[in-house]
Amino acid sequence: MSSDTKTAASSAQTQEAVYVYEAPVRLWHWINAFAILALGVTGYFIASPLPTMPGEASDNYLMGYIRFVHFAAGYILIVGFLLRLYWAIVGNHHAHQLFIPMVWSGTWWKEVWHEVKWYAFMVREPKKYIGHNPLATLVMHIMFVWGMVFMMVTGLALYGEGAGMDSWQFALFSSWVIPLFGNSQDLHTLHHLGMWYMACFIIIHVYVAIREDIMSRQSMVSSMISGWRMFKDNRPVDDLD
Amino acid sequence: MRETFYDVLRRQGVSRRSFLKFCSLTASALGLGPTVAPQMAHALETKPRTPILWLHGLECTCCSEAFIRSAHPLAKDVILSMISLDYDDTIMAAAGHQAEAIIEEIVRDYKGEYILACEGNPPLNEDGMFCIIGGKPYLEQLKFAAKDCKAIISWGSCASWGCVQAARPNPTQAVPIHKVITDKPIIKVPGCPPIPEVMTAVITYIATFGRLPELDRQGRPKMFYSQRIHDKCYRRPHFDAGQFVETWDDEGARKGYCLYKMGCKGPTTYNACSTVRWNGGLSFPIQSGHGCIGCSEDGFWDNGSFYDRLTNIHQFGIEANADDVGLAAAGVVGAAAAAHAGVSVIKRMSEKGGQE
Repeated sequence: MSSDTKTAASSAQTQEAVYVYEAPVRLWHWINAFAILALGVTGYFIASPLPTMPGEASDNYLMGYIRFVHFAAGYILIVGFLLRLYWAIVGNHHAHQLFIPMVWSGTWWKEVWHEVKWYAFMVREPKKYIGHNPLATLVMHIMFVWGMVFMMVTGLALYGEGAGMDSWQFALFSSWVIPLFGNSQDLHTLHHLGMWYMACFIIIHVYVAIREDIMSRQSMVSSMISGWRMFKDNRPVDDLD
Repeated sequence: MRETFYDVLRRQGVSRRSFLKFCSLTASALGLGPTVAPQMAHALETKPRTPILWLHGLECTCCSEAFIRSAHPLAKDVILSMISLDYDDTIMAAAGHQAEAIIEEIVRDYKGEYILACEGNPPLNEDGMFCIIGGKPYLEQLKFAAKDCKAIISWGSCASWGCVQAARPNPTQAVPIHKVITDKPIIKVPGCPPIPEVMTAVITYIATFGRLPELDRQGRPKMFYSQRIHDKCYRRPHFDAGQFVETWDDEGARKGYCLYKMGCKGPTTYNACSTVRWNGGLSFPIQSGHGCIGCSEDGFWDNGSFYDRLTNIHQFGIEANADDVGLAAAGVVGAAAAAHAGVSVIKRMSEKGGQE
């Protein structure tokens, strides 16, 4: 930590900044943001199509284009996720935090509880973290990481239906995912519910990121743009890992 | 020595010419290519007929009704002769004790050689008392006949998945065949009913090659159940173009647009209706202007209305689809975030006020 910490001295105060989010992580974040937006919008219109197009069928390909965008964005999301898993191993100290919440640590759960109290207006001052705070790690791990895994697996299973039984998507996903959830119709319904689950996550994520940026002791929104975590005071940090 | 198929055919007055025609037509109907026709003829000439026991559990006989309407060339007479259908209480001549005795006879004389065709399924509740055949629960008859069979054909959605009698709340606790018989190869031919030509083709395949056709992971023959109705639907271009029937009497309905918005289950249903079709290849539901109801899918009775694209989610107790549930959840989360933001602002302002 000491190596990537530098002290910017100014005449008025001393402010620390730590390089947390490396370029691949930031790129992944914003590609995800746009891909999920595209997936949500196109996914909604696949389930509830737009009004009928006039003219001949041969002159139109609206559903085809909507589905193409959905599939393309889905593959971008999947490839990005796999590269991100790789980066969790080779990236810096903070890169794997999202994937491995410290659920085995009692102290960590105390810190989670502290954050819950901070959000319930029960403590006056939040703790100071270089990485994610424990509550953020927990919620992002459950809602985002596993939400993504669910959507990618069910998405590939649904894609395999169209690609056919000889496709790798069908062999690796549809063949066991469809029986697991009963039938194709139920799988469609669950994939659709997954979209709303991710929508709920995004509402929470955006709200909390802005709130933390204003009210916590460190920077949030700009950190995901520049990669640097700024601190509003120079007291010690509370990170456990 | 037992009669072969060919012996039976000749005895019934079928000429050799007609017999060879049947072989080549069946081969091409199965998509097996011209070289298979002589193989098929050879097999029918030399192999003894496979005895088949056709049992009826909880069912509506729609499978039998479909089967006898197979419009395949030389259809029902030939097929019924081919397989030596020794027991089928709906269409057999014998009745009463005489009929039931045949089951014991076949099980005794053809151990491990006969095929058990199951139409309908057994109810488990009250020791199987909801389906009594000849004074005994069907469950017992099924277990007795399955014990020494070579393989089982699960006809229709009842035997394959459970169908209407297994729909919620399933008072008789009806279960598909594979939940009761676990030690025999089972081929599922779902549909309510299955397509007649699919039924006869499956039997012909087993009789000819002496083995089951290639099955998918859920036990359905790949040659008929590997694609969805949607994948081969002749209205598919309208789906891709975004042209839908919006109401039953609109311009789109008259023009034959896609029935997706009317709740067509074609995109989630594995069957051969859009290629093999019904009534001798004449038509199928979508061709006559109604969406697919997904009758060959597991649990299709429990998937809400036939006319909804987004089907209901029972776990929420009330009539709610994914959009209703999701929008409500997002609304609650959004309102909670807004309220929390409001409290945060007030808190911050009051703290600032205290500092000054």
